[in-house]
Amino acid sequence: MSRPMTLAEKIIARAAGLASVAPGNVVTCAVDLAMMHDSGGPRRVKPLLEKLGVKVWNPDKVVVVTDHYVPAVDAESAAILDLTRKWTKQQGIEAFHDMQGICHVVLPERGHLQPGMFVVGGDSHSPTGGAFGCFMFGIGATEMAGVLATGETWVRVPGTILIEWNGRLGRGLSAKDIMLRLCAELGMGGGDYQVVQYAGEAVRAMGMAERMTLCNMAAELGGQTGMIAPDATTRDFLLQAGAKNVDIETWQPDPGATYLKHLSFDASMLAPQVAAPHSPANAASVEQHCGVAIDQAYIGACTGAKLEDLHMAAEILRGRKVASGLRLLVAPASARITTQAASDGTLAALTEAGAILLSTGCGACAGYGAGVLAEGEVCISSTARNFKGRMGAGTSKVYLGSPYTVAAAAVAGRISDPREMLAEKPR
Amino acid sequence: MNAQPGKVWKFGDDIDTDVLAPGLYMKRPIAELARHCLELVDPRFAAEVQPGDIVVGGRNFGMGSSREQAAEALKILGVAAVLAQGFAGIFYRNALNLGLLALVCPDADKLKAGTRISVDPIAGTVTDHDSGTTLACEPLPQYLLAMVRDGGLMPHLQKKFAARSGGEARP
Ligand code: SF4
Repeated sequence: MSRPMTLAEKIIARAAGLASVAPGNVVTCAVDLAMMHDSGGPRRVKPLLEKLGVKVWNPDKVVVVTDHYVPAVDAESAAILDLTRKWTKQQGIEAFHDMQGICHVVLPERGHLQPGMFVVGGDSHSPTGGAFGCFMFGIGATEMAGVLATGETWVRVPGTILIEWNGRLGRGLSAKDIMLRLCAELGMGGGDYQVVQYAGEAVRAMGMAERMTLCNMAAELGGQTGMIAPDATTRDFLLQAGAKNVDIETWQPDPGATYLKHLSFDASMLAPQVAAPHSPANAASVEQHCGVAIDQAYIGACTGAKLEDLHMAAEILRGRKVASGLRLLVAPASARITTQAASDGTLAALTEAGAILLSTGCGACAGYGAGVLAEGEVCISSTARNFKGRMGAGTSKVYLGSPYTVAAAAVAGRISDPREMLAEKPR
Repeated sequence: MNAQPGKVWKFGDDIDTDVLAPGLYMKRPIAELARHCLELVDPRFAAEVQPGDIVVGGRNFGMGSSREQAAEALKILGVAAVLAQGFAGIFYRNALNLGLLALVCPDADKLKAGTRISVDPIAGTVTDHDSGTTLACEPLPQYLLAMVRDGGLMPHLQKKFAARSGGEARP
């Protein structure tokens, strides 16, 4: 019998056409799916493919999403979107989601992912796909051009760091708090370009949106990707997204597989986390930052504006008002999420509290869209990164928190503990 | 490959992409950016490094951002290979995709600055010509080596596609 493999090793071995692989092996893998967005995609790979004189190897295995420059705000962004639309059509790529939401959210929502797939994405938060039991990682434009030309790429097989969260998260706590805590515990290089695999009772209890947040922020830990072994929750989500059948049995880690490290944490002991400027690794319990005055509260991004994230914010905001002198901006992560949040009353709860609804897309997360900050302004945000100047002016300051914590700050006008507001109301 | 020995330039752990490709010069042409490569840790490096020389680092070499210029700067200066106890993942991918040989060498810390070494990426050996000793490095598979020898992923694919269409690159 071959040696027991981790989930990542199994997927890489399958994609490489080998019986087994071990960490450190360099192998060539067939790519099951390549995902690109308007910023890093067509406009960067088009000239490279023209230089090679080739077209996309298989248009059915490519997904293109516009999310960074939508809707166009000037002639430059309009030209980028125009190029994206024309190139995608010319290459015969049918899976084109134009202004339908953020790529990492649209990909599973539209049924493009399946457990066991080997997927590359032209974006650093591509690990999000690992929540569905895929091996999905981010690559640069040069490498994407290579994938589009040949349908394959190489990997140095990573080891896997297993992170268990046992116990149950308390009320007002979320996957975002877990990730900010891990950024502080392990540092931004703690993932060491290995696979960060999440497990344990608290993870199994999560829905797919929360699991996506865990894998998404494996990028902030410096991992090559994040992964969660698929289960019934994964299957139900994908069946609902249109999959005919979902194989969760094959894509499990073998018993006895070797892990680089095995860390365990107690979810029931976790307090809401807030990361101070300018690094997610500056995270500490919310009480360390209580009282910091805020100019803007932002609920957005692939990390923090999925339907469950909007539900968290609404739980705080229902029957309350946004503090005067502060603006709360909400940019839902996809068009489908906007529709769902409209029909279940979530959007009304947000806007009645005074939130301003923005169009779906990356928005202010990386400073591309609406909602950027002025010099010296302070923001609390449900996004993944708070690097210097990322959301606007160089002297602006961004604190990171969960949607609960961002909403609580929006009501109080300053950073506060969301658990206190939740306790004031009957459950 | 690299049968010719090159001089060792020795660096420590956690050499980041900001010292390799300083943000201050990121908007400048790559040749100018390269003149500032590693200046914060060794001001002589960019001026004195010779084509064929070898950069030796510790753990987590190339940590930080995904900027391809961090590897490109070393390549432009003529560095033949980077040996390190470990690499940051995106730097490692970028280096090989841009045609810069990057080899994991667990005992890289034993190599001394200024000694003359040669590497054999197929056998996975590093020979110190001054002391006559040999260290092990992780060998690179043929596929990646061919890509590095062609100057990186783009020239490698250009060559492959040109051969496929009968020796002539299509427009
Ligand atoms: S929402 Fe932010 S983190 Fe997510 S893909 Fe867009 S820019 Fe990147």
